Amino acid sequence: MSVLLDVQNVTKRFGGVVANERVSLTVRQGEIAGLIGPNGSGKTTLFGSIAGAHAVDGGDILFEGRSIRHLRSAPIARRGLLRTYQQTRIYDDMTCTENMAISAREAQGSLLSLLRPVPPATNARAGDLLGFVGLYEKRGDKAGSLSFGQQKLLEFAMALMNEPKLLLLDEPTAGINPTLINGLIDRLRRANTELGVTLLVIEHNMRVIMNLAHRITCLAHGRVLAEGAPEEVREDKRVLDAYLGVA
Amino acid sequence: MNRVTDWHVMGAIALAGLAGPLLLPGLATQIAFLWLMVVFALTWDMLGGRMGYNSFGNIVFFGIGCYAAAVVQRDMGLPYFEGLALGLLAGTVCAVLAAIVFGAAMLGIRGHYFAIGTLGLGIAAGEVAAGWDYVGAGSGMALPLYPGELGQREIFFCYSLFALAAVCFLVFRWLYGTRFGLALNAIRDDHDKADAMGLRTTPIKIFAWALSAFFLAISGGLAANMIGFIDPRDVAFAGATFGVWMVLMAILGGKGTLWGPVLGAFVFHVTQELFWTYLLGWQRVALGFLIVVIVVFFPQGIMGWLAERRARTEAGS
Repeated sequence: MSVLLDVQNVTKRFGGVVANERVSLTVRQGEIAGLIGPNGSGKTTLFGSIAGAHAVDGGDILFEGRSIRHLRSAPIARRGLLRTYQQTRIYDDMTCTENMAISAREAQGSLLSLLRPVPPATNARAGDLLGFVGLYEKRGDKAGSLSFGQQKLLEFAMALMNEPKLLLLDEPTAGINPTLINGLIDRLRRANTELGVTLLVIEHNMRVIMNLAHRITCLAHGRVLAEGAPEEVREDKRVLDAYLGVA
Repeated sequence: MNRVTDWHVMGAIALAGLAGPLLLPGLATQIAFLWLMVVFALTWDMLGGRMGYNSFGNIVFFGIGCYAAAVVQRDMGLPYFEGLALGLLAGTVCAVLAAIVFGAAMLGIRGHYFAIGTLGLGIAAGEVAAGWDYVGAGSGMALPLYPGELGQREIFFCYSLFALAAVCFLVFRWLYGTRFGLALNAIRDDHDKADAMGLRTTPIKIFAWALSAFFLAISGGLAANMIGFIDPRDVAFAGATFGVWMVLMAILGGKGTLWGPVLGAFVFHVTQELFWTYLLGWQRVALGFLIVVIVVFFPQGIMGWLAERRARTEAGS
Protein backbone atom coordinates (compact mmCIF):
# COMPACT_ATOMS: atom_id res chain seq x y z
CA MET A 1 0.00 0.00 0.00
CA SER A 2 1.34 3.41 -0.94
CA VAL A 3 1.66 6.20 1.59
CA LEU A 4 -1.14 8.75 1.25
CA LEU A 5 -0.28 11.06 4.13
CA ASP A 6 3.22 11.48 5.46
CA VAL A 7 3.64 13.69 8.53
CA GLN A 8 7.34 14.34 9.10
CA ASN A 9 8.65 15.73 12.39
CA VAL A 10 5.85 18.28 12.76
CA THR A 11 6.24 20.75 15.60
CA LYS A 12 3.52 23.17 16.66
CA ARG A 13 3.78 25.66 19.51
CA PHE A 14 1.13 27.93 20.98
CA GLY A 15 3.14 30.61 22.75
CA GLY A 16 5.27 28.67 25.20
CA VAL A 17 3.19 25.51 25.01
CA VAL A 18 4.54 22.83 22.69
CA ALA A 19 1.42 21.05 21.48
CA ASN A 20 3.20 18.78 19.02
CA GLU A 21 6.91 18.03 19.10
CA ARG A 22 8.53 16.31 16.12
CA VAL A 23 5.47 14.19 15.46
CA SER A 24 5.75 11.75 12.56
CA LEU A 25 3.08 9.41 11.30
CA THR A 26 1.98 7.90 8.03
CA VAL A 27 -1.40 6.91 6.67
CA ARG A 28 -1.44 4.41 3.82
CA GLN A 29 -3.82 4.41 0.92
CA GLY A 30 -7.01 2.54 1.78
CA GLU A 31 -6.44 1.91 5.47
CA ILE A 32 -8.15 3.03 8.65
CA ALA A 33 -5.53 4.57 10.92
CA GLY A 34 -6.20 5.39 14.55
CA LEU A 35 -4.83 8.23 16.68
CA ILE A 36 -5.18 7.91 20.44
CA GLY A 37 -3.77 9.62 23.47
CA PRO A 38 -4.86 11.16 26.77
CA ASN A 39 -6.63 14.55 26.86
CA GLY A 40 -4.26 17.34 25.93
CA SER A 41 -1.81 15.09 24.16
CA GLY A 42 -2.04 17.12 20.94
CA LYS A 43 -4.29 14.98 18.73
CA THR A 44 -6.66 17.70 17.62
CA THR A 45 -3.75 20.13 17.16
CA LEU A 46 -2.15 17.62 14.81
CA PHE A 47 -5.41 17.43 12.84
CA GLY A 48 -5.43 21.21 12.61
CA SER A 49 -1.84 21.23 11.36
CA ILE A 50 -2.55 18.59 8.72
CA ALA A 51 -5.78 20.20 7.52
CA GLY A 52 -4.28 23.69 7.27
CA ALA A 53 -6.18 25.31 10.14
CA HIS A 54 -2.92 26.84 11.39
CA ALA A 55 0.70 27.10 10.30
CA VAL A 56 3.20 24.63 11.75
CA ASP A 57 6.52 25.65 13.32
CA GLY A 58 8.63 22.82 11.94
CA GLY A 59 8.60 19.66 9.87
CA ASP A 60 6.70 18.88 6.72
CA ILE A 61 3.40 17.31 5.71
CA LEU A 62 3.14 15.41 2.43
CA PHE A 63 -0.18 14.44 0.90
CA GLU A 64 0.10 12.17 -2.13
CA GLY A 65 3.80 12.95 -2.12
CA ARG A 66 3.35 16.74 -2.35
CA SER A 67 3.94 19.13 0.52
CA ILE A 68 0.78 20.77 1.88
CA ARG A 69 2.58 22.44 4.76
CA HIS A 70 2.11 25.96 3.40
CA LEU A 71 -1.43 25.51 2.10
CA ARG A 72 -4.52 26.75 3.92
CA SER A 73 -7.58 24.64 4.64
CA ALA A 74 -9.55 25.36 1.45
CA PRO A 75 -6.90 24.30 -1.11
CA ILE A 76 -6.07 21.26 1.03
CA ALA A 77 -9.75 20.30 1.01
CA ARG A 78 -9.84 20.70 -2.76
CA ARG A 79 -6.97 18.20 -3.03
CA GLY A 80 -9.17 15.66 -1.28
CA LEU A 81 -8.17 15.90 2.39
CA LEU A 82 -11.03 16.79 4.73
CA ARG A 83 -11.54 16.87 8.47
CA THR A 84 -14.49 16.81 10.83
CA TYR A 85 -14.56 18.56 14.17
CA GLN A 86 -14.79 17.35 17.73
CA GLN A 87 -17.38 20.05 18.40
CA THR A 88 -19.39 19.43 15.24
CA ARG A 89 -19.51 22.15 12.65
CA ILE A 90 -22.47 22.23 10.33
CA TYR A 91 -24.50 25.02 8.73
CA ASP A 92 -27.20 25.59 11.38
CA ASP A 93 -29.74 27.62 9.45
CA MET A 94 -29.68 25.48 6.33
CA THR A 95 -31.61 22.26 5.83
CA CYS A 96 -29.80 18.93 5.91
CA THR A 97 -30.17 18.58 2.14
CA GLU A 98 -28.72 22.08 1.64
CA ASN A 99 -25.84 21.24 3.97
CA MET A 100 -25.14 18.24 1.79
CA ALA A 101 -25.55 20.06 -1.53
CA ILE A 102 -23.05 22.78 -0.63
CA SER A 103 -20.58 20.12 0.55
CA ALA A 104 -20.49 18.44 -2.87
CA ARG A 105 -17.27 18.48 -4.82
CA GLU A 106 -18.71 20.76 -7.51
CA ALA A 107 -19.36 23.46 -4.88
CA GLN A 108 -15.59 23.90 -4.69
CA GLY A 109 -15.55 25.02 -8.31
CA SER A 110 -15.05 28.50 -9.71
CA LEU A 111 -17.45 31.34 -8.98
CA LEU A 112 -18.94 30.98 -12.45
CA SER A 113 -19.70 27.31 -11.92
CA LEU A 114 -21.67 28.19 -8.78
CA LEU A 115 -24.14 30.29 -10.74
CA ARG A 116 -26.47 27.42 -11.50
CA PRO A 117 -29.00 25.47 -9.47
CA VAL A 118 -28.03 22.31 -7.62
CA PRO A 119 -28.44 19.48 -10.16
CA PRO A 120 -31.03 16.78 -9.31
CA ALA A 121 -28.28 14.15 -9.30
CA THR A 122 -26.54 15.97 -6.44
CA ASN A 123 -29.74 16.15 -4.42
CA ALA A 124 -30.35 12.46 -5.07
CA ARG A 125 -26.85 11.61 -3.86
CA ALA A 126 -27.40 13.83 -0.82
CA GLY A 127 -30.54 11.82 -0.07
CA ASP A 128 -28.67 8.54 -0.45
CA LEU A 129 -25.89 9.58 1.91
CA LEU A 130 -28.36 11.00 4.44
CA GLY A 131 -30.02 7.60 4.29
CA PHE A 132 -26.62 5.96 4.78
CA VAL A 133 -26.19 7.75 8.14
CA GLY A 134 -29.87 7.36 9.06
CA LEU A 135 -30.94 10.99 8.63
CA TYR A 136 -33.11 10.69 5.52
CA GLU A 137 -36.28 11.51 7.48
CA LYS A 138 -34.65 14.73 8.67
CA ARG A 139 -33.54 15.91 5.23
CA GLY A 140 -35.86 18.94 5.17
CA ASP A 141 -35.12 20.01 8.75
CA LYS A 142 -32.77 22.80 9.74
CA ALA A 143 -29.45 21.26 10.67
CA GLY A 144 -29.36 23.36 13.85
CA SER A 145 -32.51 21.63 15.11
CA LEU A 146 -30.84 18.20 15.16
CA SER A 147 -29.46 16.64 18.33
CA PHE A 148 -25.70 16.69 18.88
CA GLY A 149 -25.34 13.07 17.82
CA GLN A 150 -27.39 13.66 14.67
CA GLN A 151 -25.29 16.71 13.84
CA LYS A 152 -22.21 14.52 14.16
CA LEU A 153 -23.70 12.06 11.68
CA LEU A 154 -24.67 14.91 9.35
CA GLU A 155 -21.12 16.24 9.44
CA PHE A 156 -19.83 12.79 8.57
CA ALA A 157 -22.29 12.55 5.66
CA MET A 158 -21.25 16.04 4.46
CA ALA A 159 -17.64 14.90 4.39
CA LEU A 160 -18.57 11.79 2.39
CA MET A 161 -20.55 13.97 0.00
CA ASN A 162 -17.28 15.63 -0.87
CA GLU A 163 -15.74 12.30 -1.91
CA PRO A 164 -12.43 12.91 -0.10
CA LYS A 165 -9.40 10.69 -0.54
CA LEU A 166 -8.49 11.06 3.11
CA LEU A 167 -10.89 11.94 5.90
CA LEU A 168 -9.71 12.96 9.37
CA LEU A 169 -12.42 12.18 11.92
CA ASP A 170 -12.14 13.81 15.34
CA GLU A 171 -13.91 11.58 17.87
CA PRO A 172 -16.74 10.35 15.65
CA THR A 173 -18.47 8.45 18.46
CA ALA A 174 -18.34 11.17 21.14
CA GLY A 175 -21.87 12.18 22.07
CA ILE A 176 -23.42 9.34 20.09
CA ASN A 177 -25.94 7.14 21.88
CA PRO A 178 -23.98 4.00 22.95
CA THR A 179 -26.57 1.73 21.36
CA LEU A 180 -25.86 3.36 18.00
CA ILE A 181 -22.07 3.11 18.18
CA ASN A 182 -21.88 -0.33 16.59
CA GLY A 183 -23.93 0.95 13.67
CA LEU A 184 -21.57 3.90 13.34
CA ILE A 185 -18.47 1.66 13.34
CA ASP A 186 -20.12 -0.34 10.58
CA ARG A 187 -20.71 2.85 8.56
CA LEU A 188 -17.14 4.02 9.01
CA ARG A 189 -15.95 0.66 7.72
CA ARG A 190 -18.31 0.80 4.77
CA ALA A 191 -17.16 4.34 3.93
CA ASN A 192 -13.65 2.87 3.88
CA THR A 193 -14.35 -0.26 1.85
CA GLU A 194 -17.30 0.71 -0.35
CA LEU A 195 -16.60 4.40 -0.93
CA GLY A 196 -12.82 4.00 -0.89
CA VAL A 197 -12.16 6.73 1.69
CA THR A 198 -8.96 6.39 3.70
CA LEU A 199 -9.58 7.31 7.34
CA LEU A 200 -7.51 8.74 10.16
CA VAL A 201 -9.60 8.59 13.32
CA ILE A 202 -9.10 10.21 16.72
CA GLU A 203 -11.00 8.17 19.26
CA HIS A 204 -11.23 7.94 23.03
CA ASN A 205 -13.40 4.88 23.08
CA MET A 206 -10.81 2.07 23.18
CA ARG A 207 -13.29 -0.64 22.21
CA VAL A 208 -14.18 1.35 19.09
CA ILE A 209 -10.68 2.15 17.93
CA MET A 210 -9.27 -1.31 18.64
CA ASN A 211 -12.07 -2.77 16.52
CA LEU A 212 -11.88 -0.25 13.75
CA ALA A 213 -8.27 0.69 13.08
CA HIS A 214 -5.70 -1.30 11.17
CA ARG A 215 -2.87 0.65 12.79
CA ILE A 216 -2.77 2.96 15.76
CA THR A 217 -0.51 5.83 16.79
CA CYS A 218 -0.51 6.96 20.41
CA LEU A 219 0.41 10.52 21.38
CA ALA A 220 1.30 11.74 24.86
CA HIS A 221 2.56 15.19 25.84
CA GLY A 222 2.71 16.12 22.18
CA ARG A 223 5.04 13.31 21.14
CA VAL A 224 4.52 9.95 19.50
CA LEU A 225 4.63 7.36 22.26
CA ALA A 226 3.98 4.20 20.33
CA GLU A 227 2.64 2.95 17.05
CA GLY A 228 1.73 -0.35 15.55
CA ALA A 229 -1.09 -2.86 15.25
CA PRO A 230 -3.97 -2.38 17.74
CA GLU A 231 -3.02 -5.37 19.87
CA GLU A 232 0.62 -4.21 20.09
CA VAL A 233 -0.35 -0.69 21.12
CA ARG A 234 -2.91 -1.98 23.59
CA GLU A 235 -0.25 -3.97 25.42
CA ASP A 236 2.52 -1.38 25.20
CA LYS A 237 3.56 -0.52 28.75
CA ARG A 238 4.22 3.16 27.94
CA VAL A 239 0.69 3.53 26.54
CA LEU A 240 -0.86 1.95 29.61
CA ASP A 241 1.21 4.23 31.84
CA ALA A 242 0.19 7.32 29.89
CA TYR A 243 -3.49 6.44 30.22
CA LEU A 244 -3.35 5.36 33.82
CA GLY A 245 -1.24 8.36 34.80
CA VAL A 246 1.87 6.46 35.95
CA ALA A 247 4.82 8.70 35.21
CA MET B 1 -44.58 31.22 0.47
CA ASN B 2 -44.96 28.68 -2.29
CA ARG B 3 -44.24 29.20 -5.94
CA VAL B 4 -47.77 30.14 -6.97
CA THR B 5 -48.30 32.89 -4.42
CA ASP B 6 -44.78 34.10 -5.16
CA TRP B 7 -45.79 34.83 -8.74
CA HIS B 8 -49.11 36.31 -7.60
CA VAL B 9 -47.35 38.75 -5.32
CA MET B 10 -44.89 39.69 -8.04
CA GLY B 11 -47.75 40.22 -10.49
CA ALA B 12 -49.64 42.43 -8.03
CA ILE B 13 -46.55 44.50 -7.32
CA ALA B 14 -45.82 44.85 -11.03
CA LEU B 15 -49.37 46.09 -11.66
CA ALA B 16 -49.14 48.55 -8.78
CA GLY B 17 -45.73 49.70 -9.96
CA LEU B 18 -46.97 50.34 -13.48
CA ALA B 19 -50.33 51.88 -12.62
CA GLY B 20 -49.35 53.74 -9.45
CA PRO B 21 -47.68 56.83 -10.95
CA LEU B 22 -50.50 57.23 -13.51
CA LEU B 23 -53.30 56.94 -10.97
CA LEU B 24 -51.58 58.99 -8.30
CA PRO B 25 -49.22 61.38 -10.15
CA GLY B 26 -49.03 63.57 -7.05
CA LEU B 27 -47.35 60.76 -5.16
CA ALA B 28 -44.88 59.89 -7.92
CA THR B 29 -41.86 61.12 -5.96
CA GLN B 30 -42.89 59.19 -2.85
CA ILE B 31 -43.43 56.05 -4.92
CA ALA B 32 -40.05 56.53 -6.59
CA PHE B 33 -38.43 56.72 -3.14
CA LEU B 34 -40.24 53.55 -2.19
CA TRP B 35 -38.55 51.66 -5.04
CA LEU B 36 -35.24 53.21 -4.03
CA MET B 37 -35.78 51.85 -0.51
CA VAL B 38 -36.53 48.41 -1.96
CA VAL B 39 -33.19 48.46 -3.79
CA PHE B 40 -31.47 49.59 -0.57
CA ALA B 41 -32.97 46.77 1.49
CA LEU B 42 -32.40 44.07 -1.12
CA THR B 43 -28.75 44.96 -1.72
CA TRP B 44 -28.03 45.23 2.00
CA ASP B 45 -29.63 41.87 2.64
CA MET B 46 -27.33 40.10 0.16
CA LEU B 47 -24.46 40.59 2.61
CA GLY B 48 -26.21 41.23 5.92
CA GLY B 49 -28.94 38.62 5.64
CA ARG B 50 -27.60 35.96 3.31
CA MET B 51 -23.88 36.09 3.96
CA GLY B 52 -23.77 37.25 7.59
CA TYR B 53 -21.66 40.33 6.91
CA ASN B 54 -23.35 43.38 8.42
CA SER B 55 -22.19 46.28 6.29
CA PHE B 56 -22.78 49.87 7.37
CA GLY B 57 -20.81 51.10 4.38
CA ASN B 58 -23.05 50.15 1.46
CA ILE B 59 -24.04 53.81 1.21
CA VAL B 60 -20.58 54.38 -0.32
CA PHE B 61 -21.64 52.65 -3.53
CA PHE B 62 -24.82 54.71 -3.70
CA GLY B 63 -22.74 57.86 -3.27
CA ILE B 64 -20.26 56.81 -5.93
CA GLY B 65 -23.22 56.31 -8.28
CA CYS B 66 -24.49 59.82 -7.46
CA TYR B 67 -21.17 61.52 -8.08
CA ALA B 68 -20.17 59.52 -11.15
CA ALA B 69 -23.44 60.43 -12.86
CA ALA B 70 -23.14 64.07 -11.85
CA VAL B 71 -19.55 64.40 -13.09
CA VAL B 72 -20.25 62.69 -16.42
CA GLN B 73 -23.38 64.75 -16.99
CA ARG B 74 -21.49 67.96 -16.13
CA ASP B 75 -18.33 67.35 -18.15
CA MET B 76 -19.20 65.29 -21.21
CA GLY B 77 -21.49 67.84 -22.85
CA LEU B 78 -23.97 65.18 -23.90
CA PRO B 79 -27.74 65.56 -24.29
CA TYR B 80 -29.63 64.72 -21.08
CA PHE B 81 -30.55 61.08 -21.62
CA GLU B 82 -27.24 60.12 -23.25
CA GLY B 83 -25.41 61.80 -20.40
CA LEU B 84 -27.57 60.01 -17.85
CA ALA B 85 -26.99 56.62 -19.48
CA LEU B 86 -23.23 57.15 -19.67
CA GLY B 87 -23.24 58.48 -16.11
CA LEU B 88 -25.00 55.37 -14.82
CA LEU B 89 -22.51 53.20 -16.67
CA ALA B 90 -19.57 55.12 -15.20
CA GLY B 91 -21.15 54.83 -11.76
CA THR B 92 -21.49 51.07 -11.95
CA VAL B 93 -17.90 50.65 -13.15
CA CYS B 94 -16.51 52.84 -10.35
CA ALA B 95 -18.71 51.24 -7.66
CA VAL B 96 -17.92 47.67 -8.73
CA LEU B 97 -14.19 48.46 -8.78
CA ALA B 98 -14.50 50.07 -5.34
CA ALA B 99 -16.34 46.99 -4.03
CA ILE B 100 -13.59 44.73 -5.36
CA VAL B 101 -10.84 46.82 -3.76
CA PHE B 102 -12.65 47.35 -0.42
CA GLY B 103 -13.84 43.75 -0.49
CA ALA B 104 -10.35 42.35 -0.97
CA ALA B 105 -9.16 44.51 1.91
CA MET B 106 -12.10 44.21 4.31
CA LEU B 107 -14.05 41.02 3.70
CA GLY B 108 -11.37 39.08 5.53
CA ILE B 109 -12.49 40.84 8.71
CA ARG B 110 -15.22 39.01 10.62
CA GLY B 111 -18.24 39.91 12.69
CA HIS B 112 -18.45 43.22 14.51
CA TYR B 113 -15.07 44.31 13.22
CA PHE B 114 -16.36 44.25 9.66
CA ALA B 115 -19.42 46.28 10.69
CA ILE B 116 -17.28 48.92 12.38
CA GLY B 117 -14.79 49.00 9.51
CA THR B 118 -17.53 49.61 6.96
CA LEU B 119 -19.04 52.30 9.18
CA GLY B 120 -15.70 54.10 8.97
CA LEU B 121 -15.69 53.63 5.20
CA GLY B 122 -19.02 55.43 4.85
CA ILE B 123 -17.98 58.35 7.02
CA ALA B 124 -14.60 58.67 5.29
CA ALA B 125 -16.24 58.73 1.86
CA GLY B 126 -18.51 61.60 2.91
CA GLU B 127 -15.56 63.59 4.27
CA VAL B 128 -13.49 63.00 1.14
CA ALA B 129 -16.33 64.18 -1.11
CA ALA B 130 -16.93 67.20 1.12
CA GLY B 131 -13.31 68.25 0.77
CA TRP B 132 -12.77 67.59 -2.93
CA ASP B 133 -13.21 70.65 -5.15
CA TYR B 134 -13.54 68.63 -8.37
CA VAL B 135 -16.89 67.35 -7.11
CA GLY B 136 -18.00 70.64 -5.61
CA ALA B 137 -16.62 69.94 -2.14
CA GLY B 138 -18.96 70.93 0.69
CA SER B 139 -21.40 72.75 -1.56
CA GLY B 140 -22.26 69.60 -3.47
CA MET B 141 -23.24 69.29 -7.12
CA ALA B 142 -26.30 70.27 -9.10
CA LEU B 143 -27.57 67.88 -11.73
CA PRO B 144 -28.75 69.07 -15.16
CA LEU B 145 -32.44 69.87 -15.53
CA TYR B 146 -34.74 67.17 -16.81
CA PRO B 147 -35.72 68.21 -20.37
CA GLY B 148 -39.35 67.04 -20.35
CA GLU B 149 -42.47 68.89 -19.27
CA LEU B 150 -43.27 69.72 -15.69
CA GLY B 151 -44.28 66.59 -13.74
CA GLN B 152 -42.73 64.28 -16.32
CA ARG B 153 -39.52 64.04 -14.38
CA GLU B 154 -41.13 62.40 -11.36
CA ILE B 155 -42.94 59.90 -13.58
CA PHE B 156 -39.74 59.07 -15.46
CA PHE B 157 -37.68 58.40 -12.33
CA CYS B 158 -40.54 56.59 -10.69
CA TYR B 159 -40.59 54.09 -13.56
CA SER B 160 -36.80 53.90 -13.80
CA LEU B 161 -36.43 53.08 -10.13
CA PHE B 162 -39.30 50.62 -10.33
CA ALA B 163 -37.57 48.84 -13.20
CA LEU B 164 -34.30 48.81 -11.25
CA ALA B 165 -35.97 47.38 -8.13
CA ALA B 166 -37.75 44.73 -10.22
CA VAL B 167 -34.58 43.66 -12.03
CA CYS B 168 -32.63 43.62 -8.76
CA PHE B 169 -35.30 41.46 -7.10
CA LEU B 170 -35.48 39.00 -10.00
CA VAL B 171 -31.70 38.68 -10.29
CA PHE B 172 -31.33 38.09 -6.54
CA ARG B 173 -34.26 35.68 -6.50
CA TRP B 174 -32.61 33.62 -9.23
CA LEU B 175 -29.21 33.84 -7.57
CA TYR B 176 -30.51 32.59 -4.19
CA GLY B 177 -31.77 29.49 -5.97
CA THR B 178 -28.29 28.59 -7.20
CA ARG B 179 -25.28 26.99 -5.47
CA PHE B 180 -23.99 30.53 -5.03
CA GLY B 181 -26.96 31.26 -2.74
CA LEU B 182 -26.17 28.17 -0.68
CA ALA B 183 -22.53 29.18 -0.52
CA LEU B 184 -23.51 32.59 0.91
CA ASN B 185 -25.59 30.88 3.61
CA ALA B 186 -22.74 28.50 4.37
CA ILE B 187 -20.37 31.44 4.90
CA ARG B 188 -22.96 33.02 7.20
CA ASP B 189 -23.52 29.89 9.27
CA ASP B 190 -19.88 28.84 9.68
CA HIS B 191 -17.17 30.58 7.72
CA ASP B 192 -14.33 28.33 8.94
CA LYS B 193 -16.31 25.25 8.03
CA ALA B 194 -16.97 26.62 4.54
CA ASP B 195 -13.21 27.15 4.14
CA ALA B 196 -12.45 23.68 5.48
CA MET B 197 -14.89 22.22 2.95
CA GLY B 198 -12.92 23.83 0.15
CA LEU B 199 -15.34 26.60 -0.90
CA ARG B 200 -13.71 29.56 -2.66
CA THR B 201 -15.02 31.97 -0.06
CA THR B 202 -13.03 35.08 -1.02
CA PRO B 203 -14.26 35.43 -4.62
CA ILE B 204 -17.78 34.50 -3.49
CA LYS B 205 -17.82 37.29 -0.91
CA ILE B 206 -16.32 39.89 -3.22
CA PHE B 207 -18.76 39.02 -6.00
CA ALA B 208 -21.70 39.41 -3.62
CA TRP B 209 -20.54 42.85 -2.55
CA ALA B 210 -19.76 43.92 -6.12
CA LEU B 211 -23.22 42.89 -7.26
CA SER B 212 -24.80 44.92 -4.45
CA ALA B 213 -22.56 47.84 -5.44
CA PHE B 214 -23.70 47.53 -9.06
CA PHE B 215 -27.38 48.00 -8.22
CA LEU B 216 -26.67 50.67 -5.61
CA ALA B 217 -24.63 52.72 -8.08
CA ILE B 218 -27.48 52.77 -10.61
CA SER B 219 -29.91 53.74 -7.85
CA GLY B 220 -27.51 56.53 -6.86
CA GLY B 221 -27.32 57.97 -10.38
CA LEU B 222 -31.10 57.89 -10.75
CA ALA B 223 -31.79 59.29 -7.28
CA ALA B 224 -29.31 62.14 -7.77
CA ASN B 225 -31.07 63.14 -10.99
CA MET B 226 -34.48 62.86 -9.38
CA ILE B 227 -33.50 64.99 -6.40
CA GLY B 228 -31.57 67.37 -8.67
CA PHE B 229 -28.83 68.11 -6.19
CA ILE B 230 -26.30 66.08 -4.26
CA ASP B 231 -24.90 67.08 -0.91
CA PRO B 232 -21.91 64.98 0.12
CA ARG B 233 -23.16 64.10 3.60
CA ASP B 234 -26.94 64.48 3.36
CA VAL B 235 -27.62 62.81 0.01
CA ALA B 236 -24.73 60.89 -1.51
CA PHE B 237 -23.00 59.49 1.58
CA ALA B 238 -25.96 59.87 3.92
CA GLY B 239 -24.86 57.18 6.34
CA ALA B 240 -27.04 58.37 9.23
CA THR B 241 -30.23 58.22 7.15
CA PHE B 242 -30.09 56.05 4.02
CA GLY B 243 -27.17 54.03 5.36
CA VAL B 244 -28.99 53.08 8.56
CA TRP B 245 -32.38 52.66 6.89
CA MET B 246 -30.97 49.96 4.62
CA VAL B 247 -30.14 47.87 7.66
CA LEU B 248 -33.41 48.60 9.45
CA MET B 249 -35.63 47.80 6.50
CA ALA B 250 -33.98 44.43 5.94
CA ILE B 251 -34.20 43.57 9.64
CA LEU B 252 -37.80 44.81 9.90
CA GLY B 253 -38.94 42.64 6.99
CA GLY B 254 -36.78 39.66 7.91
CA LYS B 255 -33.17 39.25 6.91
CA GLY B 256 -32.14 36.39 4.72
CA THR B 257 -35.66 35.88 3.34
CA LEU B 258 -36.76 36.59 -0.21
CA TRP B 259 -39.65 38.93 0.56
CA GLY B 260 -38.39 40.30 3.87
CA PRO B 261 -36.39 43.23 2.48
CA VAL B 262 -39.21 44.19 0.09
CA LEU B 263 -41.83 44.04 2.82
CA GLY B 264 -39.53 45.89 5.22
CA ALA B 265 -39.00 48.67 2.69
CA PHE B 266 -42.77 49.05 2.14
CA VAL B 267 -43.63 49.14 5.83
CA PHE B 268 -40.73 51.41 6.73
CA HIS B 269 -41.31 53.89 3.91
CA VAL B 270 -45.05 54.15 4.41
CA THR B 271 -44.64 54.54 8.17
CA GLN B 272 -42.04 57.22 7.64
CA GLU B 273 -44.24 59.15 5.21
CA LEU B 274 -47.09 59.00 7.72
CA PHE B 275 -44.79 60.35 10.42
CA TRP B 276 -43.84 63.28 8.19
CA THR B 277 -47.49 63.99 7.45
CA TYR B 278 -49.04 63.57 10.88
CA LEU B 279 -46.24 64.04 13.37
CA LEU B 280 -44.31 66.90 11.79
CA GLY B 281 -41.69 68.16 14.18
CA TRP B 282 -41.67 64.83 15.99
CA GLN B 283 -40.99 62.66 12.96
CA ARG B 284 -37.40 61.93 13.97
CA VAL B 285 -38.46 60.96 17.47
CA ALA B 286 -41.17 58.69 16.08
CA LEU B 287 -38.62 57.17 13.71
CA GLY B 288 -36.23 56.49 16.56
CA PHE B 289 -39.07 54.93 18.52
CA LEU B 290 -39.94 52.76 15.51
CA ILE B 291 -36.33 51.58 15.34
CA VAL B 292 -36.42 50.53 18.99
CA VAL B 293 -39.72 48.70 18.44
CA ILE B 294 -38.27 46.88 15.42
CA VAL B 295 -35.19 45.70 17.27
CA VAL B 296 -37.03 44.70 20.47
CA PHE B 297 -40.21 43.13 19.11
CA PHE B 298 -39.22 41.93 15.64
CA PRO B 299 -35.63 40.73 15.94
CA GLN B 300 -36.46 38.06 13.36
CA GLY B 301 -38.35 40.52 11.19
CA ILE B 302 -41.94 40.32 10.01
CA MET B 303 -41.25 37.26 7.84
CA GLY B 304 -39.47 35.50 10.69
CA TRP B 305 -42.28 36.39 13.07
CA LEU B 306 -44.88 35.04 10.64
CA ALA B 307 -42.92 31.82 10.12
CA GLU B 308 -42.65 31.36 13.88
CA ARG B 309 -46.38 31.95 14.34
CA ARG B 310 -47.18 29.49 11.57
CA ALA B 311 -44.90 26.88 13.11
CA ARG B 312 -46.56 27.42 16.49
CA THR B 313 -50.11 27.03 15.11
CA GLU B 314 -49.08 23.91 13.26
CA ALA B 315 -47.52 22.46 16.38
CA GLY B 316 -50.64 23.40 18.36
CA SER B 317 -53.16 21.93 15.94
